[in-house]
Amino acid sequence: MIEVRNLTKHYGDKHAVNDISFTVEDGEILGFLGPNGAGKSTTMNMLTGYISSTSGQALINGVDILENPIQAKSYIGYLPELPPLYLDMTVKGYLNYIYDLKKCKLPRKAHLNEVMALCKVLDVKERIIKNLSKGYKQRVGLAQALIGNPPVLILDEPTVGLDPKQILEIRTLIKKLGKNHTVILSSHILSEIQAVCDRIIIINHGQIAAHDTTDNLSKNVSTDHRVIARIAGPREEIVKKLRNITGIKYCRADMEREEGVYEYELEAKAGQDIRYELFEILRENNWPLLSLKSAEMTLEDVFLKITMGEGLVIEQPAEQNDSDGAAADAQTADETEEKKEEEA
Amino acid sequence: MGAIYRREVGAFFTSSIAYIFLAVFWIFLGYFFYATSLVAATTDMSGMFQSMFLICVILIPVLTMRLFSEEKKQKTEQGLLTAPVSLGEIVFGKYFAAVTLYTIALSMVFVYAVIMSGFGQVEWGIVFSNFLALLLLGMAFISVGVFLSALNENQIAAFILTFIALMALYMIDVIKNLVKVEWLADLLGVLSFYNKYYAITCGLFNVSTVVFYLSVAFVFNYLTIRIFERRRWS
Repeated sequence: MIEVRNLTKHYGDKHAVNDISFTVEDGEILGFLGPNGAGKSTTMNMLTGYISSTSGQALINGVDILENPIQAKSYIGYLPELPPLYLDMTVKGYLNYIYDLKKCKLPRKAHLNEVMALCKVLDVKERIIKNLSKGYKQRVGLAQALIGNPPVLILDEPTVGLDPKQILEIRTLIKKLGKNHTVILSSHILSEIQAVCDRIIIINHGQIAAHDTTDNLSKNVSTDHRVIARIAGPREEIVKKLRNITGIKYCRADMEREEGVYEYELEAKAGQDIRYELFEILRENNWPLLSLKSAEMTLEDVFLKITMGEGLVIEQPAEQNDSDGAAADAQTADETEEKKEEEA
Repeated sequence: MGAIYRREVGAFFTSSIAYIFLAVFWIFLGYFFYATSLVAATTDMSGMFQSMFLICVILIPVLTMRLFSEEKKQKTEQGLLTAPVSLGEIVFGKYFAAVTLYTIALSMVFVYAVIMSGFGQVEWGIVFSNFLALLLLGMAFISVGVFLSALNENQIAAFILTFIALMALYMIDVIKNLVKVEWLADLLGVLSFYNKYYAITCGLFNVSTVVFYLSVAFVFNYLTIRIFERRRWS
């Protein structure tokens, strides 16, 4: 179990992490989500005893990481952002070294083979780490964290540099490990966190911006009273007609998607389903409805809103909801995030 | 400590450093052995030992330069500092790995002594005390090198700084002779690494010298540990 109380880290005047508190129960997977530089890695570094906290406390299985570092560290398997690999060693030699370094008591050969099989690095065990691909290096890094079978796993962006198939494998592995380990996982990829974690903490500017279960965070943001419709027909007239729908709050035409086809954003009062009435109007006027989708916010939008410092406001339509919509695609998450960062 | 020590000794040999160090060390040792003992046809090897002081000043930085700087550069330091080991184990593990390699290099003097014993009477006591003096000197120098390696991310910078530091220690005697202020000259005399070493090569084995070199080694290893503590808390 991990208990964090009012953890704070200052670098001079800069508050890298400011007053963070949370607990992670046994067998729970907690996701740390936040843009680059939000304080994810700093928090993890404090939890693992790599750096000290300015104030506050971190307890690993009830042991304070600063008061009794060696005991606390023995409970933790840590995969830092950059796996701490000695490039001139073989995979097997390196893992043997880690086994000795952690003063592991498990049967050496069986345990190392088990970990290597789990991380799928058995086929490269005789190779020099320097010559491995990024994906393999990452998996050797994960193997290193698993040696000694520590009850707590802290993984800083564990799927960076892996291909989609490997990402899926690692996620499955983490989920499996989460059954009998306490896991903290950081990522800036939403779909990953969503797929793996039981609970999510969104960190921004060194503070917890949101903290809830994955289900709740997703639920919070779903809306059934906002739709985006793609309709072929005269723009002005359509808008005029659609504004007659009972209970509608606003209707506006978006950009032209195909020739003579516009997308329209419609919002009604909360709880009101406008889809039937919309269909009736279109049918009466013979305007073909080419697509209709609910303008629900994805976790991505929530994330962007929270990290952009706007807070959780669901009244405004999400800006990015123009394309494939609901599916939280890792690629788009990255792109939009970069775009936002540039703008900021 | 064992794991770090073994990995570090292994790393000396997987990188070229061990071979370069041993080769160059033995070239000089062999040359001085030839020039002071063989040519002069004497079993007295003190001339060779006296010359090795300067060689240590040049070669020990090679041994210590990458010990911590490389960890920092490759980010492997993070793995080391989050492992369930104490800072003392980390620092001394690396320190003794370097001392081990240095001792291997030094042990060559016994090969020379055995060769000499075929030609005449070798004073084994003197050979052994000389060996011990050079070993202790090296242990002090290595601790300085380890300390400076922990301060630098770049191993070339660590090498140069260590070389300058050791050279400064070597120069204490020269400076002492130039200083006119009596108390300052006395102080420099106390701190001098060379006069203590020289005394032993002349046959004056002194326990205080042993204590001096070991204290230096202890102080610098302690300072290295403090650096890591400080870095964690900064």
